[in-house]
Amino acid sequence: MPGLYRIVEGVLDLQEAVGAVAGPGRGAIATFIGTARDHHEGRPVRALEYHAYPEMAERVMRDIGREAEERFGTPHVAILHRIGRLNIGEASVIIAVGAEHRREALAACAHVIERLKQIVPIWKKEHYADGAAWIEGSRLTPASG
Amino acid sequence: MLFARYREAAGARSIEVEVPANATLADVWAGVRSKVPALREERPMFSCDRVYAREDQAVTGREEIAVFPPVSGG
Repeated sequence: MPGLYRIVEGVLDLQEAVGAVAGPGRGAIATFIGTARDHHEGRPVRALEYHAYPEMAERVMRDIGREAEERFGTPHVAILHRIGRLNIGEASVIIAVGAEHRREALAACAHVIERLKQIVPIWKKEHYADGAAWIEGSRLTPASG
Repeated sequence: MLFARYREAAGARSIEVEVPANATLADVWAGVRSKVPALREERPMFSCDRVYAREDQAVTGREEIAVFPPVSGG
């Protein structure tokens, strides 16, 4: 199955994701970039830190790509997720989906980011001026989702 | 294996626990909690050989078992 699923230490490359899903049969490439925001629930955030279970995360990302292919007929999916410390504004996740037409490209891209947040074993820590906190997220599993 | 907040709480990437014969992931977790009291109140997620698993899943001791808090990537 075509696709690119990778946990990355260091800056993410949008062109790498787009290049992995581009091709002559595709008339649309939808992309999503998640970036580090400088506040959370009213509290200023100085930096983000992501931690992953890389081997399982890449496997689950691949499962999500397969799910997108089944639901939307879009086998060309790329997911890059950064780990380590990020400055505000830097990309934490990049998703690209190549498809014949825009509708399924956009729908699949939206699906992939939602599922990533639900089930990929990655954790976010926010750093504040006076400390840091892990963000508790989703309890879904592929079976329950 | 432990990840994120659990790893910080334990001060270790992984810990070894003794479990009875015919053990399940729940027994593994009981062992983790007894070694890391800070995790006593937690309700973790489990994976077995890099696939999500329920706490009633049987283990042999040869699997790669991970316990971790709810995920928050993206």
